[in-house]
Amino acid sequence: MFKNRYFWLFASPLGILLLWEACTRSGFLDARFFPAPSAVFHYLIFTSPGEGLWTDVSASLYRIFWGYLAGCAGGIALGVTMGLNHIVRIMVYPLVALLYPIPKIAVLPLIMLVFGIGEMSKIVVVAIGSFFLVLINTLHGVDSVAKIYHDVAQVYRIKKTSFVLRVILPGALPAIFTGLKLAIGYSLVIVVAAEFSGADAGIGYLIWQSWETFSIKAMYAGIFVIGVLGLFFSLALNLLERRLTPWRDK
Amino acid sequence: MPLLILVMHILRLKNWDVIRSNLHKNIMQISVTQLSKTFSRKKQQTVAYKNLNFQIRQGEFFCILGPSGCGKTSLLRTIAGLETATSGELSIRSTDSLKQGTVGMVFQEHGLFPWMTTRNNIRFLLENNVQMINRDLDAIVNEFIDLVGLKAFADYFPHQLSGGMRQRISIARSFANEPDILLMDEPFVFLDYQTRCALHGLLLDIWQRKKKTLVFVTHDIEEAVFLADRVLVMSAHPGTVKNIIEIKLPRPREFLALRKLPAYQNQVSELMALLREECEPFRHKDKQSF
Repeated sequence: MFKNRYFWLFASPLGILLLWEACTRSGFLDARFFPAPSAVFHYLIFTSPGEGLWTDVSASLYRIFWGYLAGCAGGIALGVTMGLNHIVRIMVYPLVALLYPIPKIAVLPLIMLVFGIGEMSKIVVVAIGSFFLVLINTLHGVDSVAKIYHDVAQVYRIKKTSFVLRVILPGALPAIFTGLKLAIGYSLVIVVAAEFSGADAGIGYLIWQSWETFSIKAMYAGIFVIGVLGLFFSLALNLLERRLTPWRDK
Repeated sequence: MPLLILVMHILRLKNWDVIRSNLHKNIMQISVTQLSKTFSRKKQQTVAYKNLNFQIRQGEFFCILGPSGCGKTSLLRTIAGLETATSGELSIRSTDSLKQGTVGMVFQEHGLFPWMTTRNNIRFLLENNVQMINRDLDAIVNEFIDLVGLKAFADYFPHQLSGGMRQRISIARSFANEPDILLMDEPFVFLDYQTRCALHGLLLDIWQRKKKTLVFVTHDIEEAVFLADRVLVMSAHPGTVKNIIEIKLPRPREFLALRKLPAYQNQVSELMALLREECEPFRHKDKQSF
């Protein structure tokens, strides 16, 4: 049991939950603000679905899916282009350095001006957030492809498309995955923040509504769902990374 | 009239295939004339090699021997087209046409793509080779994996193989592409002695079968004598041609038998003396500066 990695994987979050449960039950924590995890789970499983939990979760997932996909695709494409073309790199890099530190949520009103208050503005803000993280990591990955592979490709006259798809992309893949993992977490942050204002569904909307109606358990349910989604995305990306980079045995 | 008969007799007697192959042998595949290369970096100029003149025959095993920093790797990279010379002329002839010859290269190490298996490392280059259109690539890949004895490791990734195995794949990969000229930049320098000896035998074997022009850079005197038809000895700072020595040892060569021959030992000693001269000036300089 103690040698099983899955035991240790679940041991730390379970330990925290147990400690929390004990603190609430003993009256050390105020149950109105910190309801016991058992009560939150009970609410999450038996009450939330009836109050439209799945509508909220699927609304957020929809925005994350399209925004993340578009942002990552754009980030990888531009990152590779910048990494291989010196002029594009020199031209685009100042823009990236300028735009990257601006909090994406700060430009949400502007985005809503352009794309309306519907789904598109949320998808776009998630896309922008993922885009920069993936772009910067991809660029770093392309730079990290050793010079010798460029030499081999040049001596053996490897065609440009083959070179990009089978030398540069695999070489940059470990760094690209770092960007993808950062971006998925960041997408969750952004989508929730975007849903706090100007949304009629979504996990962020759920949390904000619960706060306004002092429905604390529902608020915790929303927070818990975000955590689980984050964990699920991380595990999925780790699995995908191991599948796609079989030459990196750990 | 009697003269004409005589000429016809000569023509009939001569074996034209032999004549043609002899002519073939003397074709210069690589001609280097007054070739120089200077690296410039922030006003500082470093001469890699200077006024090189030599020729490499078709089918020859040609070694470039020199101390480290003599510009031998730069020279090889120039022949490979990875660097350009500052001045002078370099001509690389194709084996059977008047076009520019094609080259293949084996690097010191890490030349294999880590994300491709043995099979794909060889196949990837073939897929991009215009000479290989309409050829059965799988058959070629299998032939060359067999040739270097790695049939059991065809689907392994480079990191799962030893350094010696990886260099065998690099060699297989370069020969499989059928370039006119093979360039090797100290391919065995990071291998242990036993592995290196085994790979010398393997390399000579493949070279004799495939009959390719091979340019081999090394700083190892015994390696040069064992492998080469001719050895170009380079001097350092700046790199120039010090001498070109013909290695008159019989082929096929076998290391244990060869090293007992006085001729072999003489060749090694001769080269050793030449290279020692190259290292002497350093000592004097050091003494002066201290």
